[in-house]
Amino acid sequence: MRILYILWLRQVKRFFRAKSRIVGAVGQPLLFLVALGYGIGSVYARAGQGSYLDFLVPGIMAQTVLFSAMFYGAMIMFDKQFGFLKETLVAPVSRFKIMFGGAVGGATTATLQGLLVFVISLCLGFRPEHWALVPVAIVILGLLAVAIASFSSGIGSFVQDMQGFQAINQFLVFPLYFLSGALYPLQHVPNWLRIVAECNPMSYAVDAMRDVLIGQTHFGLAKDLIVLGVTVVTLVIFGSYRFRHIEV
Amino acid sequence: MSSPTIKLEHVTKRFGKVTAVNDVSFEVEKGELFALLGPNGAGKSTTIKMLTTLLKPTEGKLTLASHDVMKAQDKARKSFGIVFQDPSVDTEMTAYENMELHAALYSIKGNETKNRIRTLLEMVELWDRRDTLVKNYSGGMKRRLEIARGLLHHPHVLFLDEPTLGLDTQTRNLLWQYVRDMSREEGMTVFFTTHYLEEAEMVADRIGIIDHGKLIALGTSKELTKLTGTKTLEQAYLELTGKTVRDEAADPHEAWAARHRSRMMR
Ligand SMILES: Nc1ncnc2c1ncn2[C@@H]1O[C@H](COP(=O)(O)OP(=O)(O)O)[C@@H](O)[C@H]1O
Ligand SMILES: [Mg+2]
Repeated sequence: MRILYILWLRQVKRFFRAKSRIVGAVGQPLLFLVALGYGIGSVYARAGQGSYLDFLVPGIMAQTVLFSAMFYGAMIMFDKQFGFLKETLVAPVSRFKIMFGGAVGGATTATLQGLLVFVISLCLGFRPEHWALVPVAIVILGLLAVAIASFSSGIGSFVQDMQGFQAINQFLVFPLYFLSGALYPLQHVPNWLRIVAECNPMSYAVDAMRDVLIGQTHFGLAKDLIVLGVTVVTLVIFGSYRFRHIEV
Repeated sequence: MSSPTIKLEHVTKRFGKVTAVNDVSFEVEKGELFALLGPNGAGKSTTIKMLTTLLKPTEGKLTLASHDVMKAQDKARKSFGIVFQDPSVDTEMTAYENMELHAALYSIKGNETKNRIRTLLEMVELWDRRDTLVKNYSGGMKRRLEIARGLLHHPHVLFLDEPTLGLDTQTRNLLWQYVRDMSREEGMTVFFTTHYLEEAEMVADRIGIIDHGKLIALGTSKELTKLTGTKTLEQAYLELTGKTVRDEAADPHEAWAARHRSRMMR
């Protein structure tokens, strides 16, 4: 427990020490909320869909968690490049603990950023349907964060440099985001896009958030949570498997 | 005599077509200070990485403090401390935090941890700077921190891979003084590599010379000069390994790290 705690603490401390990461954590989602929320909002309302900002907030929260939890993989890659990884790999600690302790730390900071977006949204006029369900939304964000952080540690284990990591982001994480239901409702999209979105686990996390926060759902909360649970388990296994085979 | 603290039996490591370590066998006794010398790319770091569980040998058996390095990995890991050739501290944390993390990884008891960290940081003269982020440390300070960290869990064996590279003479002398004191106090075995032959001559009880992955000589400094009919260890070393210049390891990580370091020093 102490080992998991210290590895968790390291991620959290490093996050709060990196000023640029905190600025980025607020800046990017704020831009999305303002530009999309107000830019597309009027068209959305005219199409009789209600408030686009309300629709968007759960998606942007999930997006924030997605992108910032991916950063944990970059940390592993930096630890490899700057040598710190060797310190943990020769310690009498299972590699699973090393990977998972850090991943939970990365997930914690990602979830905090997701919450920050929630607070910003409140300032922009967003209101959750039931305040009592906000803790449930936090749990959903946390699960998503653990899944993505584990996934990214698997990526960080075999990617050699920042360029490689960026490439993965471009070809994997962006599609995961844009092809989920984060930005648009899945009811009215072309069939092919709906099928793609239905195969994308990210859609289910977004849908769960939306159900809990504004009472709109495409798949139903039960299905969302099952898919999310399976995704978490699968990605933790993937991450620890890749991490076990890391070479320094 | 008790069983040796370090034992290699017919150890070979191949990277694809490159044989980095080739059928190497030798032993190091408890409390001994042992130097492994050799040109760049000879296989020194690879030998240390195998002994410290970072690399699996292609063939052969390694034993550390009576534990089979492959089969009893965690016991073997508890028994050594290491200072790697390349830096391995977290530069975004303070010296104290680096030490605390190490103490947790090695399950050192909470009440013992504080005293031990203090003793060691005082020894390497970093106690006053314990709350400074390591990125603001000089190369020598980082090295001293790594030594203190390597000693934190009372290891039976301390591995030092070119620990004094790029350090000034004062720091080098201090560093060997700490290491020798600890070895004497705790009966700790020391296994190190260096390119400074006078260091090996001064510090090591016995010296092994490795070239192209093969152990080509083993003995005290006196035995090696006698063997080659030379006067100094340096002459003996050149006699044994030849005079051609070797390229630095072509390992991508190390090349990257080396480039990065030279950039940061500018
Ligand atoms: N990860 C690796 N992949 C491929 N070749 C490697 C790797 N690590 C070391 N080598 C090669 O193995 C040989 C021995 O390297 P090393 O043990 O680092 O030498 P030394 O520490 O004695 O300078 C070199 O030829 C080096 O290029
Ligand atoms: Mg080396």
